[in-house]
Amino acid sequence: MRFKPLALAGAAMLSLAMAVPAQAQTEIQWWHSMGGALGEWVNDLANQFNASQKDYKVVPTFKGSYDESMTAAIAAFRAGNAPDILQVFEVGTATMMASKGAIKPVAEVMKMAGVNFDPKAYVPAVAGYYTAPNGQMLSMPFNSSTVVFYYNKDAFKSAGLDASKPPKTWPEVVLAAGKLKAAGHKCPFTTSWISWTQLENFSAWHNVLFSSLNNGFGGMGTRLEFNSPLHVRHFENLANMAKQGLFVYKGRNNAADATLVSGECAMGTASAGLLGNLKRNAKFDFGVSTMPYYPDVAGAPQNSVIGGASLWVMAGKKNEVYKGVGEFLSYLAKPEVAAASHQRTGYLPVTTAAYELTEKSGFYKENPGADVAVTQMIRKTTDKSRGIRIGNFVQVRTIIDEETENIWSGKKTPKEGLDAAVKRGNEQLERFQKANKG
Amino acid sequence: MEKRVRFKSAWLPWVLVAPQMAIVLVFFFWPAGQALYQSVLQEDAFGTSREFVGLENFRRLWEDPSYVDSFYTTALFSVLVAAIGICVALLLAVMANRVVRGAAIYKTLLIWPYAVAPVVAGVLWLMIFASPWGVVSYTLQALGYDWNHLLSGRDAMALIVMASVWKQISYNFLFFLAGLQSVPSSVIEAATIDGASPWKRFWSIVFPLLSPITFFLLVMNVIYAFFDTFAIVDAATQGGPGKDTSILVYKVYYDGFKALDMGGSAAQSVVLMAVVILLTVFQFRFVEKKVQY
Repeated sequence: MRFKPLALAGAAMLSLAMAVPAQAQTEIQWWHSMGGALGEWVNDLANQFNASQKDYKVVPTFKGSYDESMTAAIAAFRAGNAPDILQVFEVGTATMMASKGAIKPVAEVMKMAGVNFDPKAYVPAVAGYYTAPNGQMLSMPFNSSTVVFYYNKDAFKSAGLDASKPPKTWPEVVLAAGKLKAAGHKCPFTTSWISWTQLENFSAWHNVLFSSLNNGFGGMGTRLEFNSPLHVRHFENLANMAKQGLFVYKGRNNAADATLVSGECAMGTASAGLLGNLKRNAKFDFGVSTMPYYPDVAGAPQNSVIGGASLWVMAGKKNEVYKGVGEFLSYLAKPEVAAASHQRTGYLPVTTAAYELTEKSGFYKENPGADVAVTQMIRKTTDKSRGIRIGNFVQVRTIIDEETENIWSGKKTPKEGLDAAVKRGNEQLERFQKANKG
Repeated sequence: MEKRVRFKSAWLPWVLVAPQMAIVLVFFFWPAGQALYQSVLQEDAFGTSREFVGLENFRRLWEDPSYVDSFYTTALFSVLVAAIGICVALLLAVMANRVVRGAAIYKTLLIWPYAVAPVVAGVLWLMIFASPWGVVSYTLQALGYDWNHLLSGRDAMALIVMASVWKQISYNFLFFLAGLQSVPSSVIEAATIDGASPWKRFWSIVFPLLSPITFFLLVMNVIYAFFDTFAIVDAATQGGPGKDTSILVYKVYYDGFKALDMGGSAAQSVVLMAVVILLTVFQFRFVEKKVQY
């Protein structure tokens, strides 16, 4: 009698010891840069995947902004501790592509996992960006965005503007900004990501080159060309707006996003991914429209180019990890999962099926503006508007930030500022070319 | 008046000094050696390919006019941080030293900022001065000054100087307060009886007695301004507008950790190290003569 509890305990211990290896899940570390509402989205994706099967457990970890998480992953890789999946912004694409020993192409991972993988299922404008010249898909499109134009409908109404008719062209933006200012608005127009919205997407939208060799798609010898007469004209326009208080500079990166959500600024160009945040936090009625253009430029508007991030798989992991990663990535691309992500965040749909599913469900009819990013992107692309893939892009963007700040503060004329940015940026491109040749 | 301790055995002093030497070796000479080594290499971001390039990284620095400009920015920044930091801390220490009631509370509050991480200090001051809704920028606007550190280099410099000084004041304060409390009261009393005014007492008795501490703090503050402030700059201005607040150490941080150019960043940190070594030697050779121990 006395031995019974002990024997029971022993049996329990034994069964526990035997059960552990059978239940052992392979953990998959996923580092990302999605904070706030987007962080909840990422966690939900991981939880749903974990609940859908027993073998793998995806563990998402927020690692700070895009450049912070990339730096953290590089430090971890050097220490032999890299995550399995890393979210990298589009600016880091050329760096990741050049680091062949550090990454494992997604196409290979999918093959190892034995999951069905058809690169053609992905939205071409998005997938093309992450595809190597030999046609192999290197990273998994995840949260691709593009630039759209947001405007505060309440502010429009109070300024006597038609809230159902957002400005379509730059001259119309200037007019609307003037009226908003006259109605007492302190910040009629602002923009996030100066380089991305006002130079990279501006170039594609007007079908002019941002840099030579088809914006870097044609090789490493690409050189910046964003000081053309059209670019200078656009920056003269912006500088004039800044002088009159129609365009208010709100800082680097996405600093201006907060001013659009709070209602401080009435109009702005920003990432399509801001839509989810606006829906949730804006205390006013807002609208989404296409990027403005100059109506006298032939071919404008063309299409916009992507931003946002993709998922890279790191090299040197165990086979079962890659199997799990493959399962997870193909889960993300399932039409219903990808469509739900698209509808929730405002980011572009990853696959064509996800787009069609969303359209069929009547989502775009119920949510006017949600399709702006998609329709902007899926227009026909030209060689000049496929995307921008240059090396040392982080530095080039910082140089553009620095030189354009000199334009807004009046230290340099728009021509001087853009010329200096091109000259300094080209030095970075030459260095990247040199460092990655051997 | 040098005090010398004489050891009878030959090895005991070495044993006693060994832990300190080990720490210096591991935490200073090793990383410094690494920096020297990396400064002659060119690597890709992940370090999968590395190539010896000799002095190429250094040559590139001198060809970059903005790098040479940032020496001027750094000089201005560190002089402001060290001078303002030391003066304000001295003033606060003298006042806190005279407080009788609630002295502990004042001291605790004054020492508090030291516990704050630099990046938090940067964000904190950024909030206070954020245009147009920050507490101070709002007030300044009402007073007719249009504060805009996003586009005015002077405002941006003022912002990072204030944040850096605020962060360092506690450290300076602590040393000054300790120094003030060790000033013998009998000397002060004697001077008071002789009819010396408080002003005169401070400058001819107290301050000379504090001069070794002031000198120490001068060295420490310069080192602080040179090495420890990049997080403040990153959070508050990111080196902008233009390159107006891009001090040397911020560029080291930016090139190394954001732009992932390890070689270039290492070369800059070697240059920075040389500058600080030179400055410290200079301070010990010339400024120390004014110090009375």
